[in-house]
Amino acid sequence: MSLGARYFEEAGIPTVVVGSARDIVEECGVARFVFVDFPLGNPCGKPGDVDMQRSIASLAMDVLENAFVPRTTVQAPFVWDEADDDWRQRFMHVGDDNRAQLAADGEMRRKLQEEVRETKQAG
Amino acid sequence: MTERRRTHRSYVSYIDKSREYYGAHGYERPYQWATHDDAPFTPLPKPLSECRVGIVTTAYFLPDGFVYRVPSDLPRVPATATREQIGNLDTNYLSWAKDETHTDDPNSFLPLDRVQEMVDAGRVGSVSERIYCLPTQFSHRQTQKRDAPKVLEWMNEDDIDVALLVPL
Repeated sequence: MSLGARYFEEAGIPTVVVGSARDIVEECGVARFVFVDFPLGNPCGKPGDVDMQRSIASLAMDVLENAFVPRTTVQAPFVWDEADDDWRQRFMHVGDDNRAQLAADGEMRRKLQEEVRETKQAG
Repeated sequence: MTERRRTHRSYVSYIDKSREYYGAHGYERPYQWATHDDAPFTPLPKPLSECRVGIVTTAYFLPDGFVYRVPSDLPRVPATATREQIGNLDTNYLSWAKDETHTDDPNSFLPLDRVQEMVDAGRVGSVSERIYCLPTQFSHRQTQKRDAPKVLEWMNEDDIDVALLVPL
């Protein structure tokens, strides 16, 4: 998506990206970015929280109007869960508790991919 | 209020996480993320209250009868969605924190109703009737040479002045 933002800017369309994967967007480099520090999935606000969604959409418009240099990042002032910050560790967790399982999943996935490839070639 | 302190940066590095996660799956060559020092920048051409906004999402349509086996089965093609079709957009095969949240409320990842409210209030000029779907691609080239040009073509047809891009 960040590559798309760059493409549209080059074509003369101002953009703002609203997202939760800060490093991916900032490494790519976009004109304007609203960072929402949430688990991936709800960059525009929590499901059902209309006030928060309004606030984030409004912030995106503020950034569109007011950013005057590229690579402007503004962070939305919201916390996903005051009582539980461990979602950061849980997503794509790799540890001694699941390393063997992940390796087995990878093996299975490659095998399946190979089968699908062969079926496609045969078809 | 308690003063908070940290010994590590708070935000997640998905570049680090995904490298370690897929590495643990046995994929030895890490994904090569796009990186640039500079970024193109186009100033707003006129007041926002006169601008037409286009919303771009990474959500996608699945063909009828679609059966998922492997990531390469996904039809990663650019598309447009009418407002009525938003409920048919799928997010299940994108990588997001399914154990922490859900996407049952489209406005949590595609803020059409929230932007429409700003149009109604006069803050934003108008919002496009079509939503633009820019698929997440493994290949940078697919995005740069095929998908983004297609979406740009649609945005130009719809007289879009500014774009709001929301990756899941």
